[in-house]
Amino acid sequence: MSEAGGAVRIGVYICHCGANIAATVDVKSLAASAATMPNVVVWREYKYLCSDSGQDLIRQDIPNQRLNRIVVASCSPHLHEQTFRAAVAAAGLNPFYLQMVNIREHISWVHENRMEATSKAQDLLRAAVRRVARHEALERSRIPIHPDVLVVGGGIAGIHAALTLANAGKHVYLVERQPTIGGHMAQFDKTFPTLDCAACILTPKMSAVKAHQKITLWTYSEVVQVDGYVGSYQVTVKRRTRYVREDLCTGCLECLEACLYQEGRFTDEFNAGLASRKPIYIPFPQAVPQVPVIDPEACIQFKSGKCKKTCIDACGDRHAISFQLEEKTEEIQVGSIIVATGFQVFDARRAPYYGYGVYPDVYTALEVERLVNASGPTAGEVVLRDGRIPKTVGIVHCVGSRDENTNRWCSRVCCMYSLKLAHLIKERTGAEVFNFYIDIRTPGKGFEEFYQKLLNEKVHFIRGRVAEVTDWALDPTEEGKLILRVEDTLAGLVRRIPVDMVVLSVGLEPRSDAQDVCRMFNMTCSGEGFFTERHPKLAPVNTFADGVFLAGCCQGPKDIPDTVAQAGAAAAEALVLIDSGSIETEPNTAYTDEDVCSGCKTCIPLCPYHAITFLEQEKKARINQATCKGCGTCVAACPSGSIRQHLFEDEQIFEEIEGILTYA
Amino acid sequence: MTAATYGYYPGCSMRGTGIAYEESLLTLFHLLDLSLEELRDWNCCGATSYMCIDENLAFLLSARNLAIAHQSGFRELVTPCSACYLCLRKVQEYAQRYPQVAERVRESLAAASLPALNSVKVRHPLEVLFTDVELDRIRSKVVRHWHGGRVACYYGCQLVRPYGEADNVHNPTRMDQLLQAAGVPTVEFALKTKCCGGSLTGTIHPVGVRLNYILLKEAVRKGAKAIATVCPLCQYNLDAYQAEIRAETGEAFDLPILFFTQIMGWALGGDLRSLGLHRAISGRRTIDEWFPKHPGEVESYV
Repeated sequence: MSEAGGAVRIGVYICHCGANIAATVDVKSLAASAATMPNVVVWREYKYLCSDSGQDLIRQDIPNQRLNRIVVASCSPHLHEQTFRAAVAAAGLNPFYLQMVNIREHISWVHENRMEATSKAQDLLRAAVRRVARHEALERSRIPIHPDVLVVGGGIAGIHAALTLANAGKHVYLVERQPTIGGHMAQFDKTFPTLDCAACILTPKMSAVKAHQKITLWTYSEVVQVDGYVGSYQVTVKRRTRYVREDLCTGCLECLEACLYQEGRFTDEFNAGLASRKPIYIPFPQAVPQVPVIDPEACIQFKSGKCKKTCIDACGDRHAISFQLEEKTEEIQVGSIIVATGFQVFDARRAPYYGYGVYPDVYTALEVERLVNASGPTAGEVVLRDGRIPKTVGIVHCVGSRDENTNRWCSRVCCMYSLKLAHLIKERTGAEVFNFYIDIRTPGKGFEEFYQKLLNEKVHFIRGRVAEVTDWALDPTEEGKLILRVEDTLAGLVRRIPVDMVVLSVGLEPRSDAQDVCRMFNMTCSGEGFFTERHPKLAPVNTFADGVFLAGCCQGPKDIPDTVAQAGAAAAEALVLIDSGSIETEPNTAYTDEDVCSGCKTCIPLCPYHAITFLEQEKKARINQATCKGCGTCVAACPSGSIRQHLFEDEQIFEEIEGILTYA
Repeated sequence: MTAATYGYYPGCSMRGTGIAYEESLLTLFHLLDLSLEELRDWNCCGATSYMCIDENLAFLLSARNLAIAHQSGFRELVTPCSACYLCLRKVQEYAQRYPQVAERVRESLAAASLPALNSVKVRHPLEVLFTDVELDRIRSKVVRHWHGGRVACYYGCQLVRPYGEADNVHNPTRMDQLLQAAGVPTVEFALKTKCCGGSLTGTIHPVGVRLNYILLKEAVRKGAKAIATVCPLCQYNLDAYQAEIRAETGEAFDLPILFFTQIMGWALGGDLRSLGLHRAISGRRTIDEWFPKHPGEVESYV
């Protein structure tokens, strides 16, 4: 590389950006002032420096004028730093001998007075000129990318991402907390707006996951620790035991029949608590893997040790069941991670005025999904808890959504699933169905048409937020009913609507352990707990942790089509990493001068990226150059000044400050 | 055990329609070794009627009471009336939130040579009994066993809203828990925080009375034989208009409307004459039946 050793010779290039800069900053006098600055041997202004001909100026001047430092005064380095670094490098100079001055966002777009703006531009330019003289040649390093991918969460998002990657020939670890993959989608009966059967479209994909050579499926398992960095993550997965060996079980389910419990006695989580299961169970008939789980909290053998163990007898010489099996820990190495941990539904008890948990005929929408499902607790019959068929049903929208007192965001799917449930309930029972809504939001493909269809089916729509669900009856027609009190804002009336069944359209919210998951994967999340994407428009599946991607509702509420689209995008981003084989890192990292480091450990807990390790032997801190993001926190905090940072060396910053403060 | 002392702000109702509340409250607190010391020179709290005419002036009235409480060295001020409770809390909240309210209050108190608004903790007896006296202690102090019917606990609107400090905003249960600890069965009462009509019974009479009709009807429907209240205005509204409601609807309501302190005071062995039971208007027959005179208690409380 080039001539850093000799005298510093700086070229200054000032961009007009059309009129964006030139209208407010006097670029000619700015260029003239550059001539008076130390070590500046070339000064030019140009209409569009980022154009090919603009870059050519720099490319030609470097050899012709023997330049060894370049200052570009133009827009934000976010936009064109890479452009100009590439131009500098093309001329054979180390690209880190470039310094940019942002005279557009920092000056022309925020100032009106031309003289003041030009004077400020001169100060910033002088600072850059003084700084760049102190720059040193730096080298980018490359990190190899491990080709395996971890997908966390086996709902439709995780399933789709895993299959996409596996079909591209990549090895995927799919880790799911529940005993089966399928997620919330497996609980639904029909999907809006097409009313196709959720199981019919989901279960083939679930089976494909199980059968795929390239997918290692770990259900009933959780990621407990993530170390490392993009390209080389070490992940620890805790695998709970089902007390049934997956490698030996054939899925005959004879053990379920043989269990001493004739009937289910324990809360069936998959059926939203509307049914009971045995201590040994599979969540639902198409569960993947088709391997039962023993719940030690419920099983007689675990509680008293005095069971006849009829399940083991039924299993016979397959010997798949063992009460001695223990939880295992697996350590894996992956290059990238897709987080698809999903959502939980709003706990309707947090809106006590709707009577959930008080009145038995108040249901959440998820419970009704199970009621209308053919494999649900009532085999698809919509019946109340006492067996009656409801004649009137009220569906309350926005429970735990768009509400100052609970969750403020719109959950996006509730309008459409409420319409779907209204249709299914009416179809199954012939009941009169009332929807109570704030706004009907149907912005998807075919959604508005579905709403029209419901209107034609004579489903009632009452615009107003329900005040309360109560059982106090004013007259005999209300006796034994649940009464919805609501202001009908279209009719301008306060109404009391007596119904047999109330469905609360509960919103979607982050899982209660979202903050822990966020920390574990080094991501960021919004105040409410949804994981944040790197850019809301242009990097919607990336996170601020390199190599960690998002899919599905853990990023924000969304419906199945959007979830699948996002999962595909996340898989594509992971493929980009894998197929490029390695990624280049920025060299603006922090490093320790180990001769000066006193081993005080102040820096270690401060690092947001866990990039600093303490060398016990030497009693020194060492910064991992691959993990360091160059945030500078440790540099500022180090009491002995032994941590320094490339491109932010003390002498560079002091020169910059003096450049600004010099009276010209 | 040394007696805990609270500042006591009665408010106008305790000396008027709610006199039975004060009688039973003082009796009950005495039985539980809690002592109430009345605020000197107190004045109107500035409740509804004043608040809706000039909110700022109403704040000054409450602020004066709080300033005197501070001057008298009370760190906690107990007030049994829900309207007083809300007004005192409201001026504290508003002075904190709105600088112009704080300024007005500060100036006015200074002009009256009173100390500035301060952090006197405003408390309601329901919450004092629930938090400062444990339910177990109440259970252990029960000396009379309830043989009356089930009671609907009615909390009214002002005690829990908007601040939710005396109990849960949407589903208060502390009165139920206290009465149950005293051996009194309660019913699930969906209307427990609905409006009693407040001063509407005086201003837009039919509207106010209808609200009371709804409360009474639902209490009866849920199997309650009496309603227990924490607020003198609720008690008065529910108690005073039953004859009118009977005449208008043809429904035979005759429910005792009792202060929760009367029921607890009785269970904990309070002297019958000191519980103000003789002051009730409705449900007289039931009251006679539920709170019989005991041998030795010669003087009738009726």
